[in-house]
Parts: sequence; structure tokens; C-alpha cells
Amino acid sequence: MAIVLINGQEVEIGDDERLNGIQVAARVGVEVPHYCWHPGLSVVASCRMCLVETGKRDADSGEISMLPKLVPGCQTPARDGTVFVTDSEKVRQARAMVEEDLLIRHPVDCPICDKAGECHLQDYHFEHGRSERRADIKPFHSRRRELGDTVALFVDRCVMCTRCVRFTREVSGDAELMVVHRGAHEEIDVFPGFPLENKLSGNVVDLCPVGALGDLDFLYSQRVWFMKQHASVCAGCSTGCSIQVEENQDRIHRLKPRENPHINQWWMCDEGRYGWKYVHDNARCLAPRQKIEGVLQPLDWSDAPAALHAALTGEAGENSNSKNSPPKNSNSKKRRLAAVLSPFLTVEEAYLLATYIRQYDENAVLALGRIPQAGADESFPNGFTIRAEKCPNRRGVEMLLSALTGDVLSWESFLEQAAETPFDAVWISGGYPPADGNDAASKEEESLAPELLAGLASSTLIVQDLFASALWRQADIQLPGAAFVERSGSFVNAGNRLQSFEWAIRPPAGVMTEGQLYWRLLDRDGLYNARRVLEDVAREHIAFAAATSEIPATGVDLLLNQLV
Amino acid sequence: MQATDPDIRWVEPPKLGLGERMYLPLFLQGLTTTTKHLVSAKVTVSYPDQEPEINNPLIYRGVHRLNRDEQGRVKCVACFLCATACPAHCIDILGVESPWEDREKYPESFTIDELRCIFCGMCEQACPVDAIELTSLYNLTGRSREEMIFDKEKLLSVYDATKDKEPMKSAQLPPVTTPSATTSTATSTSPTEGGA
Repeated sequence: MAIVLINGQEVEIGDDERLNGIQVAARVGVEVPHYCWHPGLSVVASCRMCLVETGKRDADSGEISMLPKLVPGCQTPARDGTVFVTDSEKVRQARAMVEEDLLIRHPVDCPICDKAGECHLQDYHFEHGRSERRADIKPFHSRRRELGDTVALFVDRCVMCTRCVRFTREVSGDAELMVVHRGAHEEIDVFPGFPLENKLSGNVVDLCPVGALGDLDFLYSQRVWFMKQHASVCAGCSTGCSIQVEENQDRIHRLKPRENPHINQWWMCDEGRYGWKYVHDNARCLAPRQKIEGVLQPLDWSDAPAALHAALTGEAGENSNSKNSPPKNSNSKKRRLAAVLSPFLTVEEAYLLATYIRQYDENAVLALGRIPQAGADESFPNGFTIRAEKCPNRRGVEMLLSALTGDVLSWESFLEQAAETPFDAVWISGGYPPADGNDAASKEEESLAPELLAGLASSTLIVQDLFASALWRQADIQLPGAAFVERSGSFVNAGNRLQSFEWAIRPPAGVMTEGQLYWRLLDRDGLYNARRVLEDVAREHIAFAAATSEIPATGVDLLLNQLV
Repeated sequence: MQATDPDIRWVEPPKLGLGERMYLPLFLQGLTTTTKHLVSAKVTVSYPDQEPEINNPLIYRGVHRLNRDEQGRVKCVACFLCATACPAHCIDILGVESPWEDREKYPESFTIDELRCIFCGMCEQACPVDAIELTSLYNLTGRSREEMIFDKEKLLSVYDATKDKEPMKSAQLPPVTTPSATTSTATSTSPTEGGA
């Protein structure tokens, strides 16, 4: 066990831990300011903001000998007996000097800078800088140029920490960014004709400690202090990156990655980062409808349970006498029901829907919904992967299905089965983002082709989705669904890691979230409570046993704790 | 707090003399004040027949205006600091990239709900570019609620209407001593702009 001294306080660190001064200080709540150091990137020690006093305590005599000069905390490894002093007058003066130097040529255009409010230069200056400016350079406006389609560079705001340069070299691997010129004329730039256009480019904006890199998508859309942050999980692909949804008054303004060492570390891809626009699309389905004598009529949510009951039991027309009371499977002939659990449903919602359908027919066929695919898996040098499977919860629904039915019935085999012997009623859940002309779109056209859906023509079709599709138009009852940021529940990613999240924004008027609808259909009390459902799932199915206790922010690995 | 608390210091009321017990001197003193006001010049203004005079327009808090810069464009840079400072949440701004070369951001729309406004003047204090100011226009009336929601054009027109009578307040402030190139930076004591 190695013991490190931080400002006279002893900190124990593990023998196999390789930490630097900043990290050890953070363990005891001592913040060492830094610009260029980032846990996910290599160390360059160029900003000099983390300068600390360091020394060594002799193991035998206990005598401490300090180095005469200040050293960067980010570059100094913490070993047994290492001493760090971060609050001496010498350190304070060094920080004030670095701050002053950085601000000499900084355009103090904070009022129009998008970073204002979450800017390290602002925060550190407030904490460590001088109270007045000695230079006679007036505030000015920064030069600006676009580095690519996603990122704008405000040249003069840059503090030359080179985090973005190192990111494109070490993480995304395309090395588009570089430093041009020397000394005080140093600038970040791209080579002419080779813009910043890798699939992780948005991360350089998060990495930038100041306002030098601006996200063109987010630029000027909202001041950061107006937004509320919600921990969530990206639904873009089956990697399931931990993200932070930033919204104001139920309108998303941006998504940011949330640190999760098991999944995405500090990064997320541009596809996920900018892939939330469909949530606020005007084309979203916003009202439930029911086909009465071949014509779609508006259906009120309060009448929906009765209408669904009638559709599932086949008692069309006489919907008043049986008010969504659970099954009375005695009188009429057995009806053959099926439910398709979409890979966009959370584990909880899939479980509730399966439970609801099985109330009417304990042998109801449960199938996995269509898996949208686009291209191939794409990996980056540091191991970050963008999956071809463009849905967040395939593993979760699969595990639930194999727990409930013993095997997993795919969408294609389900359609074949339906073509052979038609079902009486089918509930198809969705949540698919709109097809936008890429691979996934053509795949959807294929999978929703009329000849394939022919098997469903004779059954009563209940379709729940975000956007109108061939299936949606064929449905007898159309139920608008919620987008991932509007749901609460858990997704299981491709690596079997279950992450729980709460809703970040409320769904648009007219939409009831899947969870709340199923909760109501099952006649449960109060509001939908995802945590309670997950506890039920974990108790009943051993595959989810690891989810019994509270889910940490970074999720739990479902396979790691499994007993069988 | 108990009456026995040692922190409490008990004091005796001062003893009244004969004159104080008769109340006559105090009575005369009060009557003198009344008489003085009876004969002195009147301060009441019979508005609306007579317009009151604003003594110091610099500190009067009336209708807002949006100032223009030297080229006649809106001075506001859409930083949202006024909207952030506003305790009544009556300012609504839509900031976008500006169409001009020398400016980065400007308000595409800027509305103030004058009915919601409590005329506290915090927007004026918060503004880093002296774009929003409160004028000395006090007779703010309208026939509908919609009419009282002032948009950017209306706020700029308030500036056009008042700029001659009330020049921009920033111009009235003591001039900032701009250190010339020859004076050393170390000894210069100009007001700070560094509060990043």
C-alpha cells in the first residue's frame, strides 16, 4: 500500500494504481486546476496550470525533502512517499501568473462565447487569477473559421492546450488537427482540403476547456446556464453510451457524453450526439386512433384500455360491459395472440407488455422486433465502437424473451409464422427513428414490404410507434409512442451491461409513454415506476439477478454476477 | 429568548421634564412644519394636465430602449445576461449568428413584456455592452396586452425617439482613461476589463 502526502494529508493508493498528482489530490477533494491534462489523453504538461510543489518522504527517517522548483502535477507520478503541496504561496503565484499570461491575448468576449458558464478559463480565473488586468489590450472579437461540418474554431480564444489535437491522433485516429506556427502565433488548424470530419469530431468541443471550439449544431442555441442536465443512455446504437441530456423547458439542446469507464469512457459518436433531432420532429405521431368500420377515428387515451381489451378479446362493439377487466378465458374459443417487443423498448416496458399480453393468452407468441442495421461495426484506435445495430436494447429484450419463452423469435421468423397461421391479434411496439435514406431505410423498406406483411393482414393489428410506417397505416389501433429521452427504464447494451435512466423531457402533448400505458393497462396504482418493475424482473428472471440492488450510474454487468 | 438572558441589556426610559410632560413645545414644533408647507411652493403635479419633470433621467427607470451602435445596428449582442438577471422573466431573446462581418452574434428577436416588467433596472446593470437602457418615459399605456409586448423594432424606435433628449448613458459616464502606447502597462490603473 503506497502512501502519498497531499498538503500534509496522507492518502492511501493501491499498489497497482498509476495515478498522477492531480488524480491523487482529487481523491481527497483537493482540486488542482489544469487545462491540457485529460485522463483519456496522453500527458504533455504544456499548460503549466497544474504546477505544484513536490518532494519525497524518506521511508526510514520520515524526513521530507522538497524539490526547489515547481513541477506539473499531471506529469508527476504518485509513488509511496511522494509529497504534493498544492496550496502554498509559491503555487498560488504560479497559477496567477499562468492565468494572467493566458488572458493577455484572450478576447474577453464572454458575453457572446458559447462556453461562458462552463469555461475553465472563467472558473480558474475567478479562483486563481488576479483581480485586475494589467495588460492594455482591449477586449476584441475572436477570428473564426470552420474546421469541418460540425466544429467551428474561434482562433483567438484558444489557450493551446492541444487536447483536440491529441484527441484526433490518439482516440479518433485521423489526426486532422495540428498546431501551425510557433510561439505566440501558434494556432490550431487543419491541413487545407482535409477538414475535421471523423465520426467522433464532436468530442473535441467537449474536450476544449475554453470556448475555442464551438459545436456548430449547438452554437448560440442556448446559454449553458439555462439548461438542466439529465443522466441518460444513448439509443443510437447497441453500444449504449452513457450520455447527459441537456434540455430547457422540454426541448433538447444537446447531448454530451457522460464518463463511463465500462462503455464509452469520455466519448460519444457524432451519430448519437446529433441523432436526437427526430424527437422534436413535427411528423411524429401524436394521437391514438382506432379503425372503426375501416375508417380511422380519434381514440381518447381514457378509452384506450377498453378498446385494447376489445381488440385482444375479439369482443368488438360491446366494449361497455367489460371494462378492461383481465381475461375470462373460458367462454369463447382460444384466441391466438402475439406481441412484438421492439429493441427500442426498455427492459421494464418489454416485461410489462409481455405480462399484459400473457394475461389474455398465456401462450401468446412473443417476438423480437425488427433490428435496424446500418453498415458494419466501426472501431477506433482506443476501442470505442459504433455498432451497426442501430437500436439500444436488443440484448435486454432477447434476454427477457429467452427467460419468458425459452428462445428468441426474430422479426423475420415471426412474419413467416404469421403467414402460415395468422394470429387473431398482434401488438407491435416500435420506437424507431425515421428512416432517412441511409442503409437502415432500405432495410426498413425490405422488412416492411407488403408481401411480407401479408400474414398480418387478417389479424387485428395494434401498432405503437413514433412515426408513420407501412405497418402503422395498416394498424387497427394506432398508439403514438415515446422517444428514448422521454422514457424511464433500463437498456442492456451489446456488452450485456444494464444501465437505468430516468426521463429527461416530457413527451409532446397527446403521447403517453409506453411504460405509463402498460402500467395503466395492468391496473397498477399510481404512476409508472421503472425501478419497481425492474425489481420484479430481477426477482423473477435469473438473467437479470444482477439488477436486484440499486443500479450505479455506470450500470451493472448482467453476466458478471450471474449464478448459472 | 428568555427575560433572564444575560445578553439582554435593560435600560430605563429617560425621565421627562416639565416641558415634555406638557407636550406644548413638541406641539408647536409640529405646527411649524405644517405652516411651513402651507406657504412654501407646491410640489404636487396635477398629472395628466401637467407633465412632471424628471430631475435625473440617468437614474429614472421608465420604458426600456435598445440602443444602436455607430452604424445604426442594434447594439445588443444577444448574451442573455439581461434575461438571466431579470427577476420577472419578462425578456425573451433569440440569438443567432449575425449577418455582419465584425459582429459574431446578434438578437434576431428581442421582446420585453412591459406588463410583466417590474422596472427594477437589473437588465440595464447586467448589460455588458450598454445596449439596454431604461428611459425616463413613464406614461406607458396600451389598449391590449399584445400591444404591451415590445419587440426589437419597437424598442429600437424608443431609442430613436429618445436619443436626442437622453443620450446613451455610457456616453455620460466619466471617460475611461485609455493608456496610450507610451505609458507602461504595469503602472496603468485603468478600470479592469479582465473579469473573464
